[in-house]
Amino acid sequence: MTISYQLKRADFIFKNQNDWEEVLSKSISRTPQELINELISSELKGRGGAGFPTGLKWKLTAEISDSTKYVICNADEGEPGTFKDREILSMVPFKVLTGMAVCGYVIGAKEGYIYLRGEYFFLLPELNKIIREFEYYCKEIKFDFTIRIFMGSGAYICGEETALFESMEGKRGEPRNKPPYPSNYGYMGKPTVINNVETLAHTYTIFKYGAKRFYDLGVQYSRGSKLFSVSGDTPKPGIYELELGMSLADFVEEFGDGDTKAVQVGGASGFLVPRKRFNETAIGFQGKLVGISLPTGGSMMLFNSSRSMFNVLDNYLEFFREESCGQCTPCRVGCQQLLKGIKAVKRGEKNTKYLDKLLRLTETMKLTAKCGLGQSVANSFSSIVENFREEMIY
Amino acid sequence: MEMINLTIDHKPVVVRKGATVLEAASGIGIDIPTLCYMKLEDMNIENKPGGCRVCVVEVKGRRNLAPACCTEASEGMEISTHSIRVVNARRTVVELILSDHPADCLICAKSGNCDLQDMANHLGIRKIHYQGEHSMYREDTSPAIIREINKCIMCRRCETMCNDVQTIGVLSAVNRGFQAVVSPAFEMNLDHSVCTYCGQCVAVCPTGALTEVDETGAVIRALSDPTKTVIVQTAPAVRAALGEEFGMTAGTLVTGKMVAALRRLGFDYVFDTDFAADLTILEEGTELLNRLSAFMAGDQQVKLPILTSCCPAWVKFFEHHFPELKDIPSTARSPQQMFGSIAKTYFADKIKVKRENLVVVSIMPCLAKKYESSRPEFSVNGNPDVDYALTTRELAHLINLGNIDFKSLQNEDFDAPMGESTGAGVIFGTTGGVIEAAVRTAYEIFTGKQLPRLDFEELRGMEGLRKATIDFNGTPINIGIAHGLGNARKLLEEIQAGTSEFHAIEIMSCPGGCIGGGGQPYHHGDSEILKKRQRAIYSEDQNKSIRKSHENPYITKLYEEFLGAPLSEKSHHLLHTKYFDRS
Ligand SMILES: Cc1cc2nc3c(=O)[nH]c(=O)nc-3n(C[C@H](O)[C@H](O)[C@H](O)COP(=O)(O)O)c2cc1C
Ligand code: SF4
Ligand code: SF4
Ligand code: SF4
Ligand code: SF4
Ligand code: FES
Repeated sequence: MTISYQLKRADFIFKNQNDWEEVLSKSISRTPQELINELISSELKGRGGAGFPTGLKWKLTAEISDSTKYVICNADEGEPGTFKDREILSMVPFKVLTGMAVCGYVIGAKEGYIYLRGEYFFLLPELNKIIREFEYYCKEIKFDFTIRIFMGSGAYICGEETALFESMEGKRGEPRNKPPYPSNYGYMGKPTVINNVETLAHTYTIFKYGAKRFYDLGVQYSRGSKLFSVSGDTPKPGIYELELGMSLADFVEEFGDGDTKAVQVGGASGFLVPRKRFNETAIGFQGKLVGISLPTGGSMMLFNSSRSMFNVLDNYLEFFREESCGQCTPCRVGCQQLLKGIKAVKRGEKNTKYLDKLLRLTETMKLTAKCGLGQSVANSFSSIVENFREEMIY
Repeated sequence: MEMINLTIDHKPVVVRKGATVLEAASGIGIDIPTLCYMKLEDMNIENKPGGCRVCVVEVKGRRNLAPACCTEASEGMEISTHSIRVVNARRTVVELILSDHPADCLICAKSGNCDLQDMANHLGIRKIHYQGEHSMYREDTSPAIIREINKCIMCRRCETMCNDVQTIGVLSAVNRGFQAVVSPAFEMNLDHSVCTYCGQCVAVCPTGALTEVDETGAVIRALSDPTKTVIVQTAPAVRAALGEEFGMTAGTLVTGKMVAALRRLGFDYVFDTDFAADLTILEEGTELLNRLSAFMAGDQQVKLPILTSCCPAWVKFFEHHFPELKDIPSTARSPQQMFGSIAKTYFADKIKVKRENLVVVSIMPCLAKKYESSRPEFSVNGNPDVDYALTTRELAHLINLGNIDFKSLQNEDFDAPMGESTGAGVIFGTTGGVIEAAVRTAYEIFTGKQLPRLDFEELRGMEGLRKATIDFNGTPINIGIAHGLGNARKLLEEIQAGTSEFHAIEIMSCPGGCIGGGGQPYHHGDSEILKKRQRAIYSEDQNKSIRKSHENPYITKLYEEFLGAPLSEKSHHLLHTKYFDRS
């Protein structure tokens, strides 16, 4: 199957935010139900990795009755090589704050938090200033909503939503078992909406222009635009806003260096796509039309033929071994033994059949690990080992 | 109550809303293996981190497997607990744990009692398919506990005990990824931490990662040294649990067999810590009465409530966390130390053995007693009052080494003079017992009257915090009881805030008191065992002809011949102590 979707640049996210006061006051003059419907019909899905429909998330949280609820903006952005959330927060922070406030209005939360990656400490003074300005306006229009910043501790795993709650509660950043989901039991055990920075910025577009404007971008199941962090062997690394649904072939055409052998879509927990699959792979959420889901952060890393796929996998596994929170067996021990295993095969200490055993191990990790980190190790592992088996051995 | 219908392995089940899949399955007799999960019913202790992933089951419609121990049953769920997919996953998970495990079962202190070993056996693991790295950590030895954390499987049970139950906070997960492990902060050694040596972490550790310091070798050497006279004392809670190590049902009293076994092992005199418990009551009870009388005479300076001081983990706890309250606990030493000090003076003189040649061994349900006996204030010129404190488990070990068929031993009696005790001494072994024993004596001395009854049901039970008011012939005495240091902390905070209503408080560090001590046979998460031990203790008390400490004839004799009176100068010197600020 060849996918005919083309790469289209979009330009919404970083467009001006000067009308935020108007967007906010206009939005909260509508009913929560209207706003939820608007979001649902836009088909916006979370940009933090899991791709959960945002409208449904708000709806579920709104339906729980509780006098205390929270809105949390996930700005932990820990995926190596991505910094799109940082760009959003430094260029159009009001969009994010507005998205949070409207969410608060919709679900009935009066407090919002931004969980800011530790390394983004330098954003703090400016953000605090902007938050004061924002809260001042909220007061003026008699809208009760406050926003506070919580500084992250520098652990990748704290970007996982329930680990993030634990960390905000002063505990070790370890994912919880799900269910219960945050919409029922989130920060401090209260119903919570947690959204990625970019997701919130998109809600601004939707509330400003209406769902259709957003829906018209992209393809079925993958509506709207998305920021991509392009890195690796490319002449033009950087952040690009593109419509969802493009084929990987078009993407490589645009960003490749002419010698692209594979692209890692979605960072360490994503998939490696080899050249022979570029044509049949589209970038978007899992659905009938596209072959591959778009995981964390929109990281796109290109590799040309000078790269050893063994080293690539080795780096990812090293990353997982260090960044796993270590609480569950499959991930704590599994990542280590995968790493050890591929090295042993490479050195000839284990025969090549051991790779198949390791593939089965990743399947078990997918089935039994507690959170998305351990569950997704199989993605890069199997896509790299299956497509570049010879590079693992020789 | 809202009920939930689901099916497990095609069998319909109805459970209350909120129940887990694990609970639902066990309700219909389906056994889902677990490793990290632990629940001590009745004590509100639950460890449910969902970490080991051994308990995974298939839930129809769910992409991945679900951990049964922490997945709530929901309406219409269809669960498979032993499908091929589940069993394979479970085996792989256990193989992974084993791939990072030293597997020294042949020489491991936990062998035979190890939940991991059992699990590997249960699942028939014969080969570890995924070999690789072993995590390596430094071994950490303290006066009471050895941490061999290469064997840690991150079940977090110790963390739950140390943080949630005991509120000490010494053990918690440190590091990330493969290096993640449970440890004191900054991977310090235990003896540099505020650890109380309560041993509750050891009591629940499923593997050999946490064990007691084994002193059986030293005791064997002493027993085989012809120049030494070796005597032994046995704590009250030991007799209610030792039988379990020999396959007897929990709650079987084995006092007589235990004495017989100790004689077979070669101890020259077999004595009873209960004797020293009676002595403790006279000292501590007198102190209580003195403080009460002073208080009633209008003395504003007097410190009330008085707190018991027979639990060394509790002593270390307040020395670290509440040093400003260190004048409040009774100054009486623990029964173990009273015994040691009387043995090495009064008794040594009696049998004309020099202190250096008398070896005092204690058999204790407790790990903190190992630490306590090493405290410098309990030595004379470097010679400790108690030379070795073995646990109930170590004694069982010695008995096995000595090839003694424990179950078929005939009952024997303790030796005189320090083997005679009362029912009051026996109940020291359970929560509520020390204060009940104290009440029996204090009441009679205070009122000059005979107690109309001896069983104070209002002081008994398993709730973590209890209180009762005892009528001392017109004077109401308010009594508080706490077991578990988290509960103790609550009472201490009341004292700090000046809101405590109590005259006397009994505190035991271990849930259940000494019957649940860190040196007892492993309960493997079954709190029924603790309750049975408790019943055994009370029945031993019932069967004693003398049940009040001040009526112990050998105690009377000890005061006449040697000490004079409770709180005499000699008593102060030998039977009391002082506390240190360790904050
Ligand atoms: C290991 C791990 C790391 C994650 N890191 C981030 C992150 O840095 N930022 C983020 O927005 N979401 C991250 N997520 C996803 C969040 O758990 C969550 O799904 C997301 O914040 C929800 O927002 P969305 O619906 O707007 O995407 C991570 C998930 C996992 C499993
Ligand atoms: S999968 Fe990994 S990161 Fe997630 S809970 Fe388990 S050990 Fe922690
Ligand atoms: S902890 Fe258990 S499995 Fe490990 S070596 Fe000891 S007995 Fe064997
Ligand atoms: S002995 Fe008690 S205080 Fe010390 S680490 Fe274990 S549980 Fe904590
Ligand atoms: S030390 Fe023992 S109890 Fe503590 S986490 Fe490790 S295995 Fe579990
Ligand atoms: S027993 Fe359920 S995860 Fe360990």
